[in-house]
Amino acid sequence: MKQLMIGNEAIARAAYEAGATVAAAYPGTPSTEIVSTFAKYDQVYAQWAPNEKVALEVGVGASIGGARTLVAMKHVGVNVAADPLYTFAYTGVNGGLVLVSADDPGMHSSQNEQDNRGYGKFAKMPVLEPADSQEALDYCKLAFTISEEFDTPVMLRITTRLAHSQTMVEVGSKEEYQLKPYKKNVPKYVMLPGHARGRHVEVEKRMMQLKEYASSSPLNRIEWGDRSIGIISSGVPYQYVKEVMPQVSVLKLGMVHPLPEKMIRDFAGQVDRLIVVEELEPVIEDQIKAWGIPVEGKELFSLLGEYSPELIESVLKGVSNEDLYGLVKEIPARPPLLCPGCPHRGVFYTLRRMRLVVTGDIGCYTLGALSPLDGMDTTICMGASIGTAMGMEKARGSEFAEKMVAVIGDSTFVHSGITPLIDIVYNQGTSTVLILDNDTTAMTGHQEHPATGKNINSEPTKKLDLPTLVRAIGIENVRVVDPLKLDQLQQAVQEELERREPSVIIAKRACALIENQPTGIKYYVDPELCTGCKVCIRLGCTGVNFLDEEKVAVMNLNSCVGCGLCPQVCKFDAIKVLEV
Amino acid sequence: MSKQVTDILIVGVGGQGTLLTSRILADVAVQMGYDVKVSEIHGMAQRGGSVVTQVRYGEKVYSPIIKKGDADILLAFEKLEAARWLDYLKPDGIVIINDERVDPLPVMSGRVKYPLDIVDKIKEKVPNTRLINATEIAGQCGNTRAANVVLVGVLAAVASLPIAEMENAIRRMVPEKAIDINLKAFEEGMNIISNGGL
Repeated sequence: MKQLMIGNEAIARAAYEAGATVAAAYPGTPSTEIVSTFAKYDQVYAQWAPNEKVALEVGVGASIGGARTLVAMKHVGVNVAADPLYTFAYTGVNGGLVLVSADDPGMHSSQNEQDNRGYGKFAKMPVLEPADSQEALDYCKLAFTISEEFDTPVMLRITTRLAHSQTMVEVGSKEEYQLKPYKKNVPKYVMLPGHARGRHVEVEKRMMQLKEYASSSPLNRIEWGDRSIGIISSGVPYQYVKEVMPQVSVLKLGMVHPLPEKMIRDFAGQVDRLIVVEELEPVIEDQIKAWGIPVEGKELFSLLGEYSPELIESVLKGVSNEDLYGLVKEIPARPPLLCPGCPHRGVFYTLRRMRLVVTGDIGCYTLGALSPLDGMDTTICMGASIGTAMGMEKARGSEFAEKMVAVIGDSTFVHSGITPLIDIVYNQGTSTVLILDNDTTAMTGHQEHPATGKNINSEPTKKLDLPTLVRAIGIENVRVVDPLKLDQLQQAVQEELERREPSVIIAKRACALIENQPTGIKYYVDPELCTGCKVCIRLGCTGVNFLDEEKVAVMNLNSCVGCGLCPQVCKFDAIKVLEV
Repeated sequence: MSKQVTDILIVGVGGQGTLLTSRILADVAVQMGYDVKVSEIHGMAQRGGSVVTQVRYGEKVYSPIIKKGDADILLAFEKLEAARWLDYLKPDGIVIINDERVDPLPVMSGRVKYPLDIVDKIKEKVPNTRLINATEIAGQCGNTRAANVVLVGVLAAVASLPIAEMENAIRRMVPEKAIDINLKAFEEGMNIISNGGL
C-alpha cells in the first residue's frame, strides 16, 4: 500500500531495503531526518558524528569493511567532508556507499545556496537527483548498485523541497545483503602518490563507463509531447515544468553527472527550441553548451533562489501572478526569533549592552544577530567564530580583543570549534570565547551530540566534558555561568576580557524547548511604574510587548515562560511577579 | 479548464501547529485514494517566523507546492499571515481565518502598527472569507489547544471532506487522552459552516 513519506524518510527506507547496515551524519537542515529515521530500523547501526568529515570517514571505513553505507549531510556539510570525499572517489568502495547531499536553494535554513551537483564533476563521481519521494527511494537503492558496479561513491543530491515534501511511496521489501569480504588491498586503499596515480586512471575509465551507462539508464527518460519546445530538467523543478506545461516534450534527468550525451543530442535534434530548467548553477546547461548544442537556460531563469511553478509560468508563458490582491506591501515582516525562555537571549542582550564586537557561529543563536538584539558581527560557517576572532585580534591588536568575544554553540564547538581554540592557545591569542551550551543541537530539532552524553538512540554514552576538554587544550581561564543571571554573566565576560590570556566562558542552560522552565513564575507589568523606556523590548521576546498608544510594556502570558530576564533588565522594577 | 487538483494552503506562525493540520488533511486524502503531496517547512522559520504548509490532492499531482493564484482554500492560523499569503489564493477561492493576533517583532517593538483592519481588507478582496474564533470554541470544548482541530472541522465542511475519515485521522494523530476534546472541537468547527453562520 502506498503511504506518504517526506523525501528524507524515503531515503532512509531505501538504505534499509538495500541492506545498508551503517549510517552516519551530522545533523543539518534539510538533511537531518535521513539518518534519524534510519536509526529506527532494526539491525542497523546509525550514529551522529561530531562533524561531516568524521561521518564520511566512518562511512569510508564501513564501506571498505564491506557494508553498504549511508552518509547524509546538508550541502555545506559536504565542504567539511570534501577532503575524504575527493580521495575516496579515487579508492572506490567495497560495500556500496551513498552520500546524500541535501542542498537548500532559497536558503530556508542555510548560510549559502551552493549547488552540490558541482561536486560530481569536481570529485568525479556519479550524481543522482530524484524528483519525489518514490524516486528518492528508487534512486537511492539503485545508487548502492551503481556504487558497487562502478566502484565509486555515489552522491544522491536532493533539495529542501524534496527532503521535506511528503509524496506517495510504495515501499519494497528488505534485500538480503551479505557483508562483502574484507581483503587487504594496498594499491586500492592506501593513497600514496604511486598508488593514487594508478587509481586516477581507474577513475577516468569509470567516468567513461558511467557516461555510457547514463544514456541507457532508466534514470534518464524522454517524455514526448509538443516538439516546439523541449525542456531538460531534473529534481523538483521537473515537477514545476510538468505542472505548468504538461504538453511539452521533457527530457527528465535522474542522473545529473555524468550526463547522457547521446540522449541529449537525440532530444535536441528533435525539438525546435531546447531549454534547461535547473535551480541555481547552470550545471546541465554548461555541459550541453560545451558539446556545441544550442540551448537556453540562465538567460531565461535566475541563478538565485528556489524556483516555483509561478516562476516557470512567468518565464515560459509570460503570465504574472505578482501581488494579485494588492495587500502584500502592507504586511509587517515576521522574522524568526529566539524562543521565549531561550538561554541565548540574555547573552546577546549583554554583549550588545557591553558594545562588544561578536564573532558568531551557526545555530539558533545566529538569530541573536537580528534586531533588536543586534548581538553579532560575523557568521561564516560552522566553527568559524573562534578562528575569526583570532584573525581580528592579529589584525587589530590585543587591545581590540578586549572588546571582542567569539560565540559558539555546544554542538558547533564540538563540530569544529576545538581546533581553532587550539590555535588561539598555540599562537598566543587572548580571545574570550563563549560556548553557549544548551545541551543539544537545537536548530535542527534537538539531536544529541558528544557533550550531551547520549547517542542517536538516546542511550547513555560517555559524555564529553567541555570544561575538562578546554583546560586540556591549554585554556587556563574556564568558568561556567548561568546565562539567565545577567549580572553574573556580564561580570564574567568583563573579567575575562580584561585578562591578556585566552578564556572560555561556558554559558550553560538547557534549551527552553526541551526542559521544563526554570521558574514557572508569571509576571505582569505595573503600568504605574513602567516609563515606556522599551529596554525590555530590546530583549526581542514575544513574552513582552509594547502598547504604542499607552506607551507601556505589557506581558503576553500566552507566550511568556517566566525565564525572568525582563525583570532583570527593567530599571524601574515595573515587571513584577504575578504568581509562582 | 476545471482544476483536477485541490490545493489547500495552511499558514501561521512557527509553533502554532500547522503541521498537525496538514497531516490530518493529507491522511484523509490518502484514504480517499488520491495522489497527495504535502510541503512542509522545517528549520529556522519554525522559530516564530511565518510558516506555510501546502496540501495538494487529486488524480495526479506534480508540484509539491501550490502555484500562486491557484489555492482553493487558504487556512490561516493568524490574521496577518492570511494577508501575507493571500496571493496564493485563486480568484474565487475561500479564506478561513482564525481570529488570532500574534504580533511580529516589528509590531512588538512598537516600530510598526498591526493593521487592525486587515480582515476587512481581505473581505473586500475575497467575498468568501470566514473569520472563526477557534481558540474560544476550543476552550468551550475543553482545551484551547484544540483550536487547530476546530479549524480542521471548518475546512472539512468547506472542502466537503468525508467526516468518518477525518475523525479516523484525528483519532490516530492526537494524543489518546485528547481524542474526545479534539473530536468535539472538530464537530464544532464543522457546525459553524453547516449552520451557515459566522
